[in-house]
Amino acid sequence: MKAETPPADGAAAAVSAQGDGPPLLRLSGIAKSYAAVRALDGVDLEVRAGETHAVLGENGAGKSTLMKVIYGAVQPDAGTIEWEGVPVSITAPTEARLRGIAMVFQHFALFESSTVVENVALALPEKVALKKLAERIADVSARYGLPVNPYQYVHRLSVGERQRVEIVRCLLQTPRLLIMDEPTSVLTPQAVDQLFETLRRLAAEGTAIVYVSHKLEEIRRLCDRATIIRQGKVVGHTDPRRETEGRLAELMIGRTFPHTQRRPKSEGAIALEVVGLDVPADGPFGKPLKSISFRLHAGEVLGIAGISGNGQAELLAALLGTTLSPSDAIFLTGVPVGHIGAARRRAAGLAFVPEERLGVGAVPELSLVQNALLTAYQRGMVRHGLIRRSDAAGYAERCIKDYDVRCAGPLAPAGSLSGGNLQKFIVGREIGQAPRVLVLGQPTWGVDVAATALIRQRIIDMAADGIGVLVVSEDLGEILEICDRVAVLAGGRLSPVRDVHATNAEEIGRWMAGGFPEKSDQAEAAA
Amino acid sequence: MMGFELKRRAAPSRLMKVLCPVQAIALTILIGLGIFAALGQDPLRAFYHFFIAPVSTANGVSELLLKASPLCLIGLGLAISYRANVWNIGAEGQMYLGGIFATGIAIHFQQSWGAATLPAMVIAGAVGGMLWASLTAVCRAQLHANEILVSLMLTYVANLLIKYLVFGPWQDPNANNFPLTVNFDDNALFPLLASFGWDWLEGTRLNVSIFITLVAIPLAWFFAERTFPGFQLMVGGLAPAAARYAGYSDKRAVWIAMLIGGAAAGLAGVSEVAGPIGQLNDRWAPQYGFTAIIVATLARLHPLGVPLAALLMALLYLGGETVQIELQLPQAISFVFQGLLLMFLLGSEVLVHYRIRRTRTAARASVPAAV
Repeated sequence: MKAETPPADGAAAAVSAQGDGPPLLRLSGIAKSYAAVRALDGVDLEVRAGETHAVLGENGAGKSTLMKVIYGAVQPDAGTIEWEGVPVSITAPTEARLRGIAMVFQHFALFESSTVVENVALALPEKVALKKLAERIADVSARYGLPVNPYQYVHRLSVGERQRVEIVRCLLQTPRLLIMDEPTSVLTPQAVDQLFETLRRLAAEGTAIVYVSHKLEEIRRLCDRATIIRQGKVVGHTDPRRETEGRLAELMIGRTFPHTQRRPKSEGAIALEVVGLDVPADGPFGKPLKSISFRLHAGEVLGIAGISGNGQAELLAALLGTTLSPSDAIFLTGVPVGHIGAARRRAAGLAFVPEERLGVGAVPELSLVQNALLTAYQRGMVRHGLIRRSDAAGYAERCIKDYDVRCAGPLAPAGSLSGGNLQKFIVGREIGQAPRVLVLGQPTWGVDVAATALIRQRIIDMAADGIGVLVVSEDLGEILEICDRVAVLAGGRLSPVRDVHATNAEEIGRWMAGGFPEKSDQAEAAA
Repeated sequence: MMGFELKRRAAPSRLMKVLCPVQAIALTILIGLGIFAALGQDPLRAFYHFFIAPVSTANGVSELLLKASPLCLIGLGLAISYRANVWNIGAEGQMYLGGIFATGIAIHFQQSWGAATLPAMVIAGAVGGMLWASLTAVCRAQLHANEILVSLMLTYVANLLIKYLVFGPWQDPNANNFPLTVNFDDNALFPLLASFGWDWLEGTRLNVSIFITLVAIPLAWFFAERTFPGFQLMVGGLAPAAARYAGYSDKRAVWIAMLIGGAAAGLAGVSEVAGPIGQLNDRWAPQYGFTAIIVATLARLHPLGVPLAALLMALLYLGGETVQIELQLPQAISFVFQGLLLMFLLGSEVLVHYRIRRTRTAARASVPAAV
């Protein structure tokens, strides 16, 4: 595998992996501005061969920009980059890859209309036969526990599956420096363990790993050193193994870490009931749902764990009403709604936070006022077909205020908000409609720590107010933190529903891989 | 390898968004002057004959408005339609059907219906345009056919329908076999504005159909900017997945967009046959339905920009005629100007959103990672 390292760096590669020579990569005084925003402001970073170096910071702190600078996808305005002690300029990702720098992006850069193997082939410097490459992909994905079908079309893949493609793509290139941007958010605990095993092995082989995350527990488990970035500046270095999670979080967000407060659960009537729901697969690589049944009570948070691509998209579409079902497959507060579309379900008390924010949950070109109107129009913003703009503006302003949405004001286009702030706005907009049932898909995916804490707290508060809340999430930590009961969707089948205190991450992780007992109808009826 | 690439700008300038039609017009005039010079004309003289002379008389102004009015009407409908990502290219055919329906009323009922004839023609024309547009709507919404192809091809069908009617059942028996209908009576014609005693309009062809357009402009603006269905259409155009998530019906959007476009084009058809044409004949093919596509684009799909764009396009038509008469230049020069204008407009719009950057990367460049 090492033979693929470009010969240009061969001489320098002799430098000892852990030694006192120049670090593999040294950045000094890196600065980068976008229009009025200073994304990076004099950042220094040093990465040695064989170390696993955490870059810790909230979303919007500048981590992603910094990584793109290393990867050549973004050119810094100022500062120098040294690779093995030699000043270099990395003007394109191709150059970065030739030096052995690989990156797993947070926002995937895959061509949707091509297959997995075609996408991987595009990123390789040399031409390869697709058939051989597909075998290598299968090899690597088996070895690192990242199942990927090389011949699947990317547009059929879930968020989680796309990330796996990205990781496999990087590992194929035998990188000397591997940048991982939030890689574990969609993996099962077992898969995270497996990935960490892989990363530790890579590190032991001398590969440097830059691990970007805001998951403190993982950083403490995996990383040797951490550089903490806040608002484009380095605010500290630390050995994460010697810090508590609370201390790391404080360093990262610059103030005390907000904790979610659980409230005693008050179980009420059935808010949402799904009975024997069958949904055909959403395209040739989707997963058909087979006889899904569950009950969501008013006042509880029910979590549906599992990795995307196991029927999550199909279940969410069926619950929202973009896919229609027989009328008696879905009941909303006792009323059959399987056959009616999203607008009428909303009128019947459903609110919905979709997995995708830009382009689904919000229209990027439109203002927050218009995006409030998008789904909350039934809250008195439209009369006789005419838009009442002051009502829409008032609603948007309330969302902005109540959910601490950082933006230029209610007239700011949705696309100008950071992921976390936009998600807070969308959650606020949906909760503000006073629903009976709230369904959320991946509510905190790619959202910064402070926003995540706020969103989770609001979800818990909603349930305490007697609303039925359903959370479909790949983030097992999230499910265990906020849910009262939990089930797993794997292979298009739903596991038995367990009280969250009667199970643990290991069991759910096993279930996520499909190993759960067939649910008996009596057990569900008794629940 | 040296090359160029387009990089998306972080934030497109609002000012330049507004200025880009102005810039396109300025560049068109500049290149136009160069073309006149290349054709051996004094550029300033040609410019005068092209842009100033046509509107220097009352008659010229009225001809300008006579052409701009149907362009504006159709352009308004298309702007609303295009905002919803419904690409109705067949407004020309929908206009023909408006003319056909109005003509049907005129030649059959103008003797008996009296003053009610013209209002009936207006309604029939709008209905005709909507019916023709609904064929496209059915194909797109129910059968998932591409509306661009369907609406365009239906235009040729509509043209053949005119030919069939004026060569066959509707042909004027006293017309010596010419393919045209009888001339409409006054009951079936829009009264000339001059007939209301405005002296300065004496001898012009401007008629009251222009008021249909004048009413349509604020109506279109109001629909697009102030009504919820207008908002839903816009969301469907900008982010179809968001519209589905919000529960807006995409079939309904296709129907609304096509019907509005068809009604506007049908009304334009009435204003032609019951206006300057005064009959239906086989040579009536003013291309307004196609030119209105440029009008809607030039107006950046904003209803208040459409009238300005329509006036400009009408001026290009008239200017072409004037330079043909005065300077013996071919009339095709107005199509050159139309083409230049559209090209500069689209070009400036690209540069508002992107900037050109020089690249020096290898052939198998930064493919996926750079996006």
